[in-house]
Amino acid sequence: MRNVYLDNNATTMVAPEVRDAMAPFFEELWGNPSSIHTFGGQVKQYVDEARAGVAALIGADPSEIVFTGCGSESDNMALRGAVEAAGGYPHIITTRVEHPAVMTVCRYLGDRGSKLTELRVDSEGRLDLDELQDSIGSDTDIISIMWANNETGVIFPVEEIAEIVKQAGCVMHTDAVQMVGKMPVDVKETSVDLLSLSGHKLHAPKGVGALYVRKGTKVNPLILGGHQEGGKRAGTENVPYIVGLGRACELAAENMEEERVRVKAMRDRLEEGILASCPDVHVNGDRDNRLPNTLNVGFEFIEGEAILLMLDEVGIAASSGSACTSGSLEPSHVMRAMGVPFTAAHGSIRFSLSRYNTDDDVSHTLEHLPRIVNRLRELSPFVKD
Amino acid sequence: MWDYTDKVKEHFSHPRNVGLIEEPDGVGEVGSLACGDALKLTFKLDDDGRIADVKFQTFGCASAIASSSALTEIIKGMTLDEAEKVTNKDIAEYLGGLPEQKMHCSVMGREALEAAIRNYRTGQTGTRELEGKVVCTCFGVTDSEIERIVRDNNLSSVEDVTNYCKAGGGCGGCREEIAKIISAVRGEPIEVEQPQPQPKRITNIQRINLIEETIEREIRPRLRQDGGDIELVDVEGNRVLVSFRKACAQCPAAPFTMKEIVEAPLRQFVSQDIVVEEVKP
Repeated sequence: MRNVYLDNNATTMVAPEVRDAMAPFFEELWGNPSSIHTFGGQVKQYVDEARAGVAALIGADPSEIVFTGCGSESDNMALRGAVEAAGGYPHIITTRVEHPAVMTVCRYLGDRGSKLTELRVDSEGRLDLDELQDSIGSDTDIISIMWANNETGVIFPVEEIAEIVKQAGCVMHTDAVQMVGKMPVDVKETSVDLLSLSGHKLHAPKGVGALYVRKGTKVNPLILGGHQEGGKRAGTENVPYIVGLGRACELAAENMEEERVRVKAMRDRLEEGILASCPDVHVNGDRDNRLPNTLNVGFEFIEGEAILLMLDEVGIAASSGSACTSGSLEPSHVMRAMGVPFTAAHGSIRFSLSRYNTDDDVSHTLEHLPRIVNRLRELSPFVKD
Repeated sequence: MWDYTDKVKEHFSHPRNVGLIEEPDGVGEVGSLACGDALKLTFKLDDDGRIADVKFQTFGCASAIASSSALTEIIKGMTLDEAEKVTNKDIAEYLGGLPEQKMHCSVMGREALEAAIRNYRTGQTGTRELEGKVVCTCFGVTDSEIERIVRDNNLSSVEDVTNYCKAGGGCGGCREEIAKIISAVRGEPIEVEQPQPQPKRITNIQRINLIEETIEREIRPRLRQDGGDIELVDVEGNRVLVSFRKACAQCPAAPFTMKEIVEAPLRQFVSQDIVVEEVKP
């Protein structure tokens, strides 16, 4: 069966070039980069090269990159490490639409004593920067605002936000897991202090991520017990995966234009096709400030899991903010924060593309989706003739 | 990925008896768009009082659609006395089992059938009658329903009850009460985990101020979009008494508005145990 993978915000295919770059580190170059002997020590230069590759993609200095096990670890380290370094439990400001790796950590810190402010978004998923400004008090220390939303693709004006944060003298963390590799990011041009990224969202394998820590920003380590990563993250380096992440970042830089032009064109064709062929649908999220690969559509009167399973039958992989797909009983917190009524949130579907998609993938989806939507609406008691 | 049986997948892909019967003998409607699943069941009897034809319409996930389809196949040809004895377990078994978190789909089938039979016998509208006292205000589940589900399915934990009828799966404020019901039915004590952090202690004045702020910031703007408004009438402990104004006052969707737009933010920003009640001006 044809396989059309439109769930790239969940995870991406490992690029063949990345796989090839990793292979020697499973075969001959398996030494420990901390070893004094040549067999191990020679591996260190490849870790350094990978660090330079990651740093280059986001405009950082290599010394500002800490390799981690995943994006969630980066988020945990940024928030818990910065709070611990600050001492006590400072006021934290975040948003209502963060990934659970940020939201759960903020609430955890909130339960332990931090005052927590979760900024609202409007119906398009946008922040009100005046509200941010008003929320910052003398006790505010850490502000964590995602760069791009995983469900809707909405991009927050992080450069502008970081400037407000800098003026207030606070620490700015951004979860840029969905942004890095899809859109240009340059930490030299912003006042972001901490930035999380993840390997498997940009065609590296699962199990590797990184945290950018601006020089001078104090973050305590989560994992103690070794000098690795400048003492910021103990544990023998996961060399093959770190090398893979470095290569993936190089490829992302090379393919950035393609992502923004060809991938966006495919996404736009999918969006226009769906809006033209299915009645009672709407696009969730700010269409003008959105990742070029992401489309979140709400189908009225039908339920997301049923749509996904019918898409699956014709080989199309997508995801949903519906309650039923996750086993929870309420739809996604992002849809709820945007005030998308429950009635429409249950039928929201996210399509997320990558440079490995083709125009045929879009055609295949547009060929089957209207039939699936019609079929489920025939079953629905809420559709009136 | 849900672990659905082949039979669930088959009934989802090829549901039987889809549609609405014209001039039915009985109609049952349960669930709502807001809850995430809903089922409308219609049947017609033959001269011997057996179910000659039955049709359904379902909004919901694969297991909700499959459960509805299975229900119609099970009850076709039955008398109403026979159909009345069909339990949610029969529906799940017919499908070769359902994932635990999806058992509520089979319960929805049984409830729609009961509502349709009641509609035939009493002529009362085919929506579900609430019997007993509402325990879970998020999903509108009563104590007698929880008792029945615990008994029919031999359930022993609050999580089970949530999987079977959603009760306790929203704000979680009723989990302790659900545990008491399970204990009473089973005649043994049940421990309940409290995942919710304890709310911070605030004075009554602070609480009322917080409620007013939340109404002003979160609730009123959304009601005004639709030409409605709301007024805070009184606060008595965890009961918040409000009155709808303008368009909201006559709106048929008011129960939905109450739960989604008024109660949910108050629970989020003030306290998990808040119950909002409407008082007519």
